[in-house]
Amino acid sequence: MKRSIERHRNILDFALSSLLRRKGKNLSLLAVYTLIVFIIASIVFFTQALKREAGLVLQDAPDLVVQRMVAGRHDPIPVAYADKIAAIRGVSEVKPRFWGYYYDAVTGANFTLVACDDPAPAAESIFIGSGVARTCRLSEGDFLPLKDLKGAPALFAVQKIFPSDSELVAADLIQLKGDDFRRLFDFPQGRATDLAVSARNQNELKTIAAKIVHEFPDTRPILKSEMLRTYDAVFDWRSGMVIVVLAVAVLSFIIFAWDKATGLSAEEKKEIGILKSIGWETSDVLLLKSWEGIIISLTAYLCGVSLAYLHVFFFSASLFERALKGWSVLYPEFKLTPVVDPYLLCVLFLLTVGPYVVATVVPSWLAATVDPDAAMRS
Amino acid sequence: MRKSTLFLTLTALNLLLCALLALHARASNSGAGARRSSSRDLVRRLQLTDLCLFTEARYTRNPAMADRHSPFQDHPMALEHFPTGSLVTPPVWHREAP
Repeated sequence: MKRSIERHRNILDFALSSLLRRKGKNLSLLAVYTLIVFIIASIVFFTQALKREAGLVLQDAPDLVVQRMVAGRHDPIPVAYADKIAAIRGVSEVKPRFWGYYYDAVTGANFTLVACDDPAPAAESIFIGSGVARTCRLSEGDFLPLKDLKGAPALFAVQKIFPSDSELVAADLIQLKGDDFRRLFDFPQGRATDLAVSARNQNELKTIAAKIVHEFPDTRPILKSEMLRTYDAVFDWRSGMVIVVLAVAVLSFIIFAWDKATGLSAEEKKEIGILKSIGWETSDVLLLKSWEGIIISLTAYLCGVSLAYLHVFFFSASLFERALKGWSVLYPEFKLTPVVDPYLLCVLFLLTVGPYVVATVVPSWLAATVDPDAAMRS
Repeated sequence: MRKSTLFLTLTALNLLLCALLALHARASNSGAGARRSSSRDLVRRLQLTDLCLFTEARYTRNPAMADRHSPFQDHPMALEHFPTGSLVTPPVWHREAP
């Protein structure tokens, strides 16, 4: 046992010396490899954490939202629909929701205005999200001017700023009294933006949705499961930005592994020839090359994964920020709760370390089976 | 010191760092409930349906509530479903910094 360990350590010593002889090449190889693992792992950590956060935070979202569609577009829904929907068996509560968007020409930001009287801000006062406070440089007691439908400015006093912990859902929110909301947007009486429906039994939601559509063909019910699925789709590996970044990273890794697998340099072939001529077995040469592959790939994997974790969970994925921000002026500042999925890390390990070690060993095995004399002369 | 000893020590330190990060993830998760409670409270009270991630447009702010087939409906920042997406550029005023 001890002898076997000593043999491995001797070969490991030799492999490290061999790698250090081509220091420049191998260090740049390690840097590129680490960067690829870092990008892929950052995406995995970021998307997993956001998906989980969406699932947990939106657990208390309405069971069902009913929108009214007119000429293919979302239109305010008559509040009278609520009574008929409440009469459907299985429905426990129907609440009208009043909300909308407000484009602030001064900052260029879009705000989401929500009317809620539980608990309500005082008349002509608002509760705002930390993102709004940051963008408009507001603090409690300040005034925010909002233009009403006729262009007349209405001043609202900032009564409260939502805690910064809630930025992921409330960065751009402005909560105001129902009456203020209706006055600001000249919202039609007897209408709501949409209806939030609660059900006693979650399994009955699909049946309730079907009954609502049957009763009111101009409506579109959206189930909570569909809301959650939206975020699964947004941050799924097949989705937009993720697939673009992932494809680039995977493609560069394939090119990189292919370059390695297509053959050894003349110097490396000569080295194998010399080793064989001084008595090394083919198995020893393969062990040496395996160790070389393991040193590079394992170091790159461990460094890449650790750096990705620090990037996403300590520095809020700052490298992705520009891409996620898009054209938004108001962007939430949030820290994600770490999610480490061992399954995905194992897959990443197998997809990065495995092919690289194979790509290192196969050409060496081909070179090691050639006559040492021919290998040295090549 | 033998090179192998140095390499094995560095690898062990790297593994230790990974283990510490896994412990950090576990510890952060145990305290995350309290941090998340303010968000959950707002979602319940204001009956919110979406995360505030992309505030640039209606359909990106509330993707779950957006019209069917609005751009980026399935995935904001995604390649567009429809060929028109690659022909129609953003309006000039939107490209200028405010």
